[in-house]
Amino acid sequence: MDVVSNLLLFFYDAIHGGYSALCRAISQWLIELVGSSGAEPWSSFARHSYRILMGVGLTVNLIVFSSLVGLVLSVGIALARISKHKLLWMPAYAYIYFLRGTPVLVQVYLIYYGLGQFAFLRGTESGGTWLWDNVLSSPYWCAIIAFSLNEAAYTAEILRGAIVSLPRGEVEAAQALGLSRVAQFRDIILPRAFRVALPAYSNDFVLLIKSSALASTITLMDLMGATRAVIARTYMNMDFFLLAGVLYLIITAVCIGGFRLLERALSAHRRASAPQRRTGVQTA
Amino acid sequence: MSDNTPTLEVCDLHKNYGAHEVLKGISLAAHDGDVISIIGSSGSGKSTFLRCINLLESPSRGAIRLRGEELQLRAGKNGELVCRNHRQLEKMRARIGFVFQNFNLWPHMTILDNITLAPMRVRGLDRAQAIAEAEALLAKVGLADKRNAYPGNLSGGQQQRVAIARTLAMKPEVLLFDEPTSALDPELVSEVLGVIRSLAEEGRTMLIVTHEMRFARDVSSHVMFLHEGRIEEFGPPQEVFSQPRSARCREFLASHL
Repeated sequence: MDVVSNLLLFFYDAIHGGYSALCRAISQWLIELVGSSGAEPWSSFARHSYRILMGVGLTVNLIVFSSLVGLVLSVGIALARISKHKLLWMPAYAYIYFLRGTPVLVQVYLIYYGLGQFAFLRGTESGGTWLWDNVLSSPYWCAIIAFSLNEAAYTAEILRGAIVSLPRGEVEAAQALGLSRVAQFRDIILPRAFRVALPAYSNDFVLLIKSSALASTITLMDLMGATRAVIARTYMNMDFFLLAGVLYLIITAVCIGGFRLLERALSAHRRASAPQRRTGVQTA
Repeated sequence: MSDNTPTLEVCDLHKNYGAHEVLKGISLAAHDGDVISIIGSSGSGKSTFLRCINLLESPSRGAIRLRGEELQLRAGKNGELVCRNHRQLEKMRARIGFVFQNFNLWPHMTILDNITLAPMRVRGLDRAQAIAEAEALLAKVGLADKRNAYPGNLSGGQQQRVAIARTLAMKPEVLLFDEPTSALDPELVSEVLGVIRSLAEEGRTMLIVTHEMRFARDVSSHVMFLHEGRIEEFGPPQEVFSQPRSARCREFLASHL
């Protein structure tokens, strides 16, 4: 366990250090390019580019990390949601209902500010708890938790819709061959559902990119946080908010492009087909 | 077990949809090598009967035995019978092949993967073995060159032949065909019937729900005529087709031959 966490920490430090050095180099290069007496806003952009670029890094970090955690959680929640057992589908339903029905900002605040009210979580008497010291007192982890839980709720609902929409016959074929329920899900239902869900999921992912700006409200220096910090020193509201908007746009465009490639790769079976009759007409 | 134990035995099968009784007590015994065609107008319960045998549909009453082993059932919520033991049901289903009207191939997998999945997962074959068997089956249904194609690239007739190969890959003891040619264009029907005919000639035990009367007469050892959820006529094809005793069967055949 210790080895694993140390290894993770090592990689994290390596990536973080590497990215930081890269940003510093780019920033240096920009400053030389523009020159210290260059025209505004370009010289201010160059002077503060290290901070902004580090913000971009944290934003991407938040998005990637919380979308991965959210995706893993969502599979379990979606499966619980379509279960016939009350003890499974009811909590899943309530979870999705609550997280989709409340603003992400409220969820972020509940976790970062709200949980701190509980003395037992802080461990005021026992001299601290692991959870508080390592997770709940860190704005980074609180943001990851809030975004992951939120993302899991949306993705679970998308997955549920995809699973329910699969042609019944394809599942019946798996049943008729004697496949166990685990195998039915692993080999047929989930792979099919992921493909069906991908366009809706990519849309959802774009929303996550933009929600991630809320991390700045709990002191994180993501792209939004860094932008506001720079503006506090330069008073160049229009210029730096515009820059932030353009950078968010670029992040979104790259992600949409990535999803488009993924969709192409996963729909080989559709692309390969020549013009043909639709044969799988399903009767109720 | 004695030689008289039927391969597949269905006893007094009933099926209700709410107050509507679709199957009103159907019994059938298929012995090794029997080919039983099930005919009847739409709504007579043919498909429902076939789907009840491997519990794709839940019967309301009745018993199902495969070589004397009874499928364990218990009463579910809506007065339907549901399986008592999932492991047993999975094992039984693996021994009963089912071919669907709409083929139901998995569109995200190649033809070869469609066929090898169940043998690997259920029969526990390793990949090489499963592929070798699948290739032999594809050759048998005349589609050896399509192994890397996707279902969407094939015609309906080809898809149904692949679906038959997928079913055969489990080495089932009984084959159930649920209107295997009804979703096909007329010119594609014969290629599928040809495959089914060759299976009959191999001596496989089969139940075939079909609207192809000439085919039923040619390949069947027995023909069962269903009407409103009851067996109205049962016997060798010569008898059922030439001298049907029931008036309804005569009417039906007159309009379908």
